[in-house]
Amino acid sequence: MSPSPPRNTPWNRIRRKSVNAIMLTLTGVCTIFAAGILVFILGYLFIHGARSLNWNFFTKLPTPVGETGGGMANAILGSAKLLLVATMVGVPIGFLGGVYLAEFGGGGFSFLVRYVTDLLNGVPSIVMGIFAFSIIVLPQKHFSTLAGGLALGIMMIPIAIRSSEEFLRNVPLALREGSMALGASKARAIWSVVIPAAKAGLITGIMLNLARVAGETAPLLFTAFGNRYWSPGWEQPTASLPVMIYTYAISPYDDWHQQAWSAGFVLLAMVLSVNIISRVILAKKGPALR
Amino acid sequence: MSAVPSAVDTRPPASSGGAAAFWKRLRAGDEIAIATTFLSAFTVILVTAVLVFELYQKSAISRHAFGWSFLTSTTWDPVAGNFGALPFIYGTLVTTALAMIVGIPLGVGAAIFLAELAPPLLSSALSFLIELLAAVPSVIIGLLGIFVMIPILQQIVPPVQDKLSWIPLFSGPFYGVSLFTAGVVLAIMILPFIISISREVILSVPNDQREGALALGATRWETTWNVVVPYARKGIAGSIFLALARAMGETMAVTMVVGNDPKIAHSLMAPGYSIAAVIANEFAEATGDLYQGALIELGLVLFGVTIIVNGAARLLVMSTEKRGSS
Repeated sequence: MSPSPPRNTPWNRIRRKSVNAIMLTLTGVCTIFAAGILVFILGYLFIHGARSLNWNFFTKLPTPVGETGGGMANAILGSAKLLLVATMVGVPIGFLGGVYLAEFGGGGFSFLVRYVTDLLNGVPSIVMGIFAFSIIVLPQKHFSTLAGGLALGIMMIPIAIRSSEEFLRNVPLALREGSMALGASKARAIWSVVIPAAKAGLITGIMLNLARVAGETAPLLFTAFGNRYWSPGWEQPTASLPVMIYTYAISPYDDWHQQAWSAGFVLLAMVLSVNIISRVILAKKGPALR
Repeated sequence: MSAVPSAVDTRPPASSGGAAAFWKRLRAGDEIAIATTFLSAFTVILVTAVLVFELYQKSAISRHAFGWSFLTSTTWDPVAGNFGALPFIYGTLVTTALAMIVGIPLGVGAAIFLAELAPPLLSSALSFLIELLAAVPSVIIGLLGIFVMIPILQQIVPPVQDKLSWIPLFSGPFYGVSLFTAGVVLAIMILPFIISISREVILSVPNDQREGALALGATRWETTWNVVVPYARKGIAGSIFLALARAMGETMAVTMVVGNDPKIAHSLMAPGYSIAAVIANEFAEATGDLYQGALIELGLVLFGVTIIVNGAARLLVMSTEKRGSS
C-alpha cells in the first residue's frame, strides 16, 4: 500500500492480522450471499411452484379469465418447437464455424470472427427480437413460430461457435496426425476422427446452449408473440413457457399467478437439470465451458 | 483464404491412375470442407452486419423526424406522435449504476474469496452454484422480484425512508415498483458474471507473484489486495464492463419491477422505465411507422452502447489473459 515498509511494532502486527481476518470474512460473506441467492430462488420456486403443479398443467390448454384450472400444454409444445427451429438455425452454423476456427482458421479473419462472435453474444436479447421482427415478421406481416425460432437460433450461434471450437481444439494433435499418416485427407480426419473424439463435449455444449435460450423471453415477445390455443404449423403465433410466465405474472389474477409459479418451476427445473448434467459430464471430459 | 495452413499435402505418388483420381476427390473433399466451414464462420459477420443495417434502416423515419433531439427530449407521447428517449436513457443509466454499486463490491469480493482464499473443494462447489445462478432465466428472477422481493422491500423501505427522506434520492412514496427495485434485481443478475470471470482472471495470476509477497511477510489479505488484484485489474475491469453491458440490455426482470412510467423521477424510490423495458412493452402494439421507428431507434441506441461497452470489455479481458498465460 505505502512505499515505505510498515514498522514491525506489536500494535501494527495486531492491526494487520485483524484487517486480514476481517477482510477474509467479508469476502466469504459476499460469496455466501451470492450462492445463497440461488438456494433462495430454488427454495421459493419449489415451495410455490411444485405445490400447484398437477397433471393438467402438462395436458390442458389455458382457461379463459375467471375459470380456474387449465394448463400450459400449448406453451410447452410451443417452446419445444421454437427450440427445434433455433437448433436448426444455430447449431449447423455455429458448429461449422467452430470447425473452421479450430481446424482451418488462423490469422486476421479468424480473429475478426472471434471478436464479432463475442460482440454478437453481448447483443441484448431484446435487440435480437427487433432483428427477427424486421427480417421475418415485418415482410410477412404476422407473428410466427419461425420468427421466434430464428431469434433464438441467432442467439445460439455465438456460444455454439466458441464451444465447438474449444472442444475441437482439445482433441490431441496426435489423433489428426495419426489419421493423416494413414492416408486420410484433412477433411476425412476431421470428420471421422476429430469430431467423434470431441462428440461428448460438442453435444453437452449444444445442450447448455439450448438451456440458455429456452428461458429467453424478450426476443419472443414480438416474434412468436403468444397464443391461448394450439399453434399448428410454423407460420402462426405460438405460446411459449417464458412468455406465459411473464404475461401471467404481470396479470392481476391470483389463479394466473399460481400458474406462473408452476410454469417457472417447470422451466427452472428443466434449465437447471440440463445445466447440472452437462457440467458434470464436462467436468469429467474436459475443461469447463465459459 | 490465405489463412488456411497448407502444411498437410497428402498427394500420393502419381504412378497409379485410378488412385490419383481418388486422391483428387479427397482433395476436393478438403476444399468443400474449407468452403462450407468458412461460409459458416463468415455468416456470423454477415448476420452482425445485417443486424446493424436493419436497425439503422428501420429507424430512419424516426431519426429523420427527430434528429439528435430524440436523445434529449423527455416527451414520450405515442398518441401525438412525439417521441423522446431521455426518460428511458435516464432509467437505464440509473438502474445500471445502482446495480454496479451493489454488484461490484459483492462480486469482486466473492471472486477474491473463491480464487484466493477458499479451500479448493469449497471453491469449486460454490463456483458451481454461482454458475447455476447465471443460468436462471431472467423472467424467473422477475417473477421472484414481483412476488417476493417487492413485498419484502415494502416492509423495509418506508421505515428507512422516514429517517432519510431529507435526501432527495429517497423521497416520495414507495409503491414497491421503482428504479431502486430494478437496480437491486439487476445487481443480483450481474453477480454471477462478475464473479465467474473475475475468479478466472485472478486464478490466472502467476503463483510467484503470491509467493513473493508472502515471502516478504505480507498477510494473506495484503498479498491478495496489494499484489494479486492489481495484477488482475484489467481482467476484473473487463468482467465489470461485461456485467455493465448485460445490465443495460437486461429486459424482462427490469420490465417486471421498474414500474414502467416514462418520467424522469429524481427519487430512486419512484417508478421509472428503461430502454429495454419500453421496447418489450410497446413494440408488439406499436401502430404506425413512426412509433415503430422510434422503438427501433431505441434498440439502435441500446445496441450501440452495449457494443461499445462489450468491445472494451473483451479487449480488457483478452489483454489480461495473454499476460497471465505468458
